[in-house]
Amino acid sequence: MWQGFVDFVYQYVPWFDGGLAVVLIILIKGVALILPLIIMMAYMTYAERKVIGYMQLRIGPNRVGPIGLLQPFADVFKLMFKEIIFPTKANVYLFVLAPILAFVPAIAIWAVIPLGQDFYITNLDISLLYVLAIGSVGIYGIILAGWASNSKYPLLGALRSASLLVSYEIVVGFVAVTVVMAASSVNLNEIVSSQSGGIWNWYWIPLFPMMIVFWISALAETNRAPFDVVEGESEIMGGTHVEYSGMCFALFFMAEYINMIMMAALAVLMFFGGWHSPFEGVPYLQEFFAFVPDIMWLLGKMSFFLFLYLWIRATFPRYRYDQIMRLCWKVFLPLTIAWIMVVALMTQLHLGPWF
Amino acid sequence: MLENYLPIIVFIFLGIAFGVGLTLVGYLLGPSKPDEEKNSQFECGFPAFEDSRMHFNVRYYLVAILFILFDLEVAFFIPWAVVQSKLGWFGFIGMSVFLLLLVVGFIFEWKKGALEWE
Repeated sequence: MWQGFVDFVYQYVPWFDGGLAVVLIILIKGVALILPLIIMMAYMTYAERKVIGYMQLRIGPNRVGPIGLLQPFADVFKLMFKEIIFPTKANVYLFVLAPILAFVPAIAIWAVIPLGQDFYITNLDISLLYVLAIGSVGIYGIILAGWASNSKYPLLGALRSASLLVSYEIVVGFVAVTVVMAASSVNLNEIVSSQSGGIWNWYWIPLFPMMIVFWISALAETNRAPFDVVEGESEIMGGTHVEYSGMCFALFFMAEYINMIMMAALAVLMFFGGWHSPFEGVPYLQEFFAFVPDIMWLLGKMSFFLFLYLWIRATFPRYRYDQIMRLCWKVFLPLTIAWIMVVALMTQLHLGPWF
Repeated sequence: MLENYLPIIVFIFLGIAFGVGLTLVGYLLGPSKPDEEKNSQFECGFPAFEDSRMHFNVRYYLVAILFILFDLEVAFFIPWAVVQSKLGWFGFIGMSVFLLLLVVGFIFEWKKGALEWE
């Protein structure tokens, strides 16, 4: 279909040369990925309110549309028509730049996330490295927001979140190293294809502690409860978001939720076989589920992890800041370093179906 | 080869376009009625006691320094991790020595109390 479209354009628009067509196609593909992503993010907020509502014996939003299904759109339109307040003491340029700086990496990561066997924007050889690298750029947005607001609580929130995010960044990096060791590749597509062959071949078994560590770090990296000291309502009134309003706040919010979806996708790609069906190699079941497209498996596994975010938020109380840092530096870091040696040993001994 | 990286630039531009676009939409559609109280910095309903460019705990700085060290270690690990199944026991022992040095440094900073947050 793309080829047909390109041929059509070549035929009728003579000044349209090859390079421009390539960029245009990537642009169309990008918009076709980002728009569903933003809708997914909007419904993630709806799901969050609804699920936590039911977990707390409330009913959640139910006024806008049937069972509240249009609530996310109502929220978006409300935020659009809200005033963007520029505090007099704030550094206005940095103040406006900060949410954009938080939002851009959240979008840019999705260029390399494969959603299916042949369903990706680009297939980089270093895609996992790229995800780690550009994921840390988002921290600048939060630091800048705290600094540019020129207010006390945003500054405290920014400091806390900056050192929390960089600490857990190390742990995520070491976990990624163990996955790379197991797959012998930094390419996310190859990491997934090396996990083919049913549920027992996925990396969650040999890397089980790393899977747990990764998921807890993902909660911390995306500032989710129980690690949401960045916002910390009871202590610093909403952290870096205090001085933001209207669409500027919405951008932070969207960046956080898109990062949540990205972390869920990454957990599935690295530990749960990506788009592979869990019934591969199982007689009867494999044929029975053969009609399911591979992207549906990925999205299904992702939705479990997205639900896990909400479940954890409704279950656990917020950690104290020193406990979070202790968990990272004194529990996770030694554990991941030890597990690197374990994985190295397992690789040398060619253990099981994984290595 | 290099055209694989083109979508990244396109995505970064798309992100900037979405970000700037949404901010502009909010700026144009929203009202703009600034007043002194609304635009003052937030401090629980009273004027701020002190300047917000204040002193902060040196530990945040320490964490940033430790982050640079450990993140570099991760950067060193990744090339080894890609080929370590082919390197055999030679690569295993070589990296064990490297890891041992890292662990010694880690134990040192732990005993020095660089990781304590009271």
